[in-house]
Amino acid sequence: MTWVLANLGLIWARTLDHVVLSLPPIVLCFVIAVPLGWLARRYAVSRGIILTGAGLLYAIPSLPLFFVLPAVIGTGLRSPLNVIIALTLYGVALMVRVVSDGLESVDGDVRQSATAVGYSGWSRFWQVELPLSGPVLLAGMRVVAVSTVSLVTVGAVIGVQSLGSLFTDGFQRGIQAEILAGLVATVVLALAFDGALVLLGRLLMPWTRRDAPTRVAAPIEVSAA
Amino acid sequence: MNLFADAIDWILDPANYTGLNAIPLRLGQHLLFTLVTLLIAAAIAIPIGYLIGHTGRGRGLAVTTSGGLRAIPTLGLLTLVALWVGVGVVAPYVALTVLAIPPILAGAYTGFEAIDRRTVDAARAVGMSELQIVRKVEVPLGLPLLIGRLRSATLQVIATATLAAYVADIGLGRYLFSGLKTRDYAQMLGGSILVILLALALEGIFALIQRFAVPRGVSGRLAIPKPSTLRTERSTAAR
Repeated sequence: MTWVLANLGLIWARTLDHVVLSLPPIVLCFVIAVPLGWLARRYAVSRGIILTGAGLLYAIPSLPLFFVLPAVIGTGLRSPLNVIIALTLYGVALMVRVVSDGLESVDGDVRQSATAVGYSGWSRFWQVELPLSGPVLLAGMRVVAVSTVSLVTVGAVIGVQSLGSLFTDGFQRGIQAEILAGLVATVVLALAFDGALVLLGRLLMPWTRRDAPTRVAAPIEVSAA
Repeated sequence: MNLFADAIDWILDPANYTGLNAIPLRLGQHLLFTLVTLLIAAAIAIPIGYLIGHTGRGRGLAVTTSGGLRAIPTLGLLTLVALWVGVGVVAPYVALTVLAIPPILAGAYTGFEAIDRRTVDAARAVGMSELQIVRKVEVPLGLPLLIGRLRSATLQVIATATLAAYVADIGLGRYLFSGLKTRDYAQMLGGSILVILLALALEGIFALIQRFAVPRGVSGRLAIPKPSTLRTERSTAAR
């Protein structure tokens, strides 16, 4: 406890580093995964290629990927970009399947009704299919957020500073309190990201709130019936 | 692509096939470590998971505990345990077993839960004892899901075993860390390529096993729930 109180500044600085490293992958993977997931659901050929590729990408361990990326894209070994790009790739690998499944979960009748009332393919995707697959996407993004926050710590062993630096530093100097502080801070940060996503979901998808007025809740009940 | 050529040269260099740092030896360590960790984790998680799945009790507790365990960063647990028990192979075994338990546990009880209740009732109606129901109905029908989770647990342990080299002289991860220390990029990259190939090979093998794990007379599609639930629940926190 003494260590923690004496080093609050350090913990706070590493927490900020951690946020800077974990936020871009979480946002980027969503932006990239939506079109890819759409493509994966749309055509049989692209589905096979994209989902197999995502599965293989997902199987690659993070630490070796941190080492391989510099050789592929020409960044320095200790560049934070390696961590950001690697974690974006994992996020995409996970979310592509989630997006494709989410779009698949939209009721066919709803899709047809949207076409019948005059939605074009483009506007139907943005105004009907994507919002209705929202709950599935949210569940996926929550997994991505928690795992990204956790994986950022691995970057510490190649010298990219984050809360993980508290693990490597604490280990080398034999300070248990420092490692414990890092563990707690990482878990708290993961929970904070998770909570923020849930909140965002409630804001963007008012019909999923339990206390939502029935009129707004109708679309979900139609698909559940 | 000069860097990759150097790495391939390093992998093929005969000097790396002798002595205590030989590639086959490190590969063997890596695999043995993974196998032992998985066996310990499975010995703990599968009976508990089956008990939860069969009785339906304690599910909430299991979900919360596994969820919490998943959010814990591997490196943190690894270094903390290493400080407690000292540098050596014990710390990685403890840390990685803890991390491998949640997915296997989840695989065991969700495998039971995914079984149609009518099938279990039918087994009871024809006079099977509870133990027979578990052994002859629930275990075989739940197997595909369990293997699926064993697959993610294996990949996770293979990946984390690389990280274990940070606190112990074990496995392929040694190349990454000793290369990092001596600024020998060919060694780091070569070691990384070996780990990635190993992970991909195991992923392929498991994909095949999973296909054969579906009992005869059961169509795999019924036994395995939608891929969305499988994927989103896959353990991702620790690599």
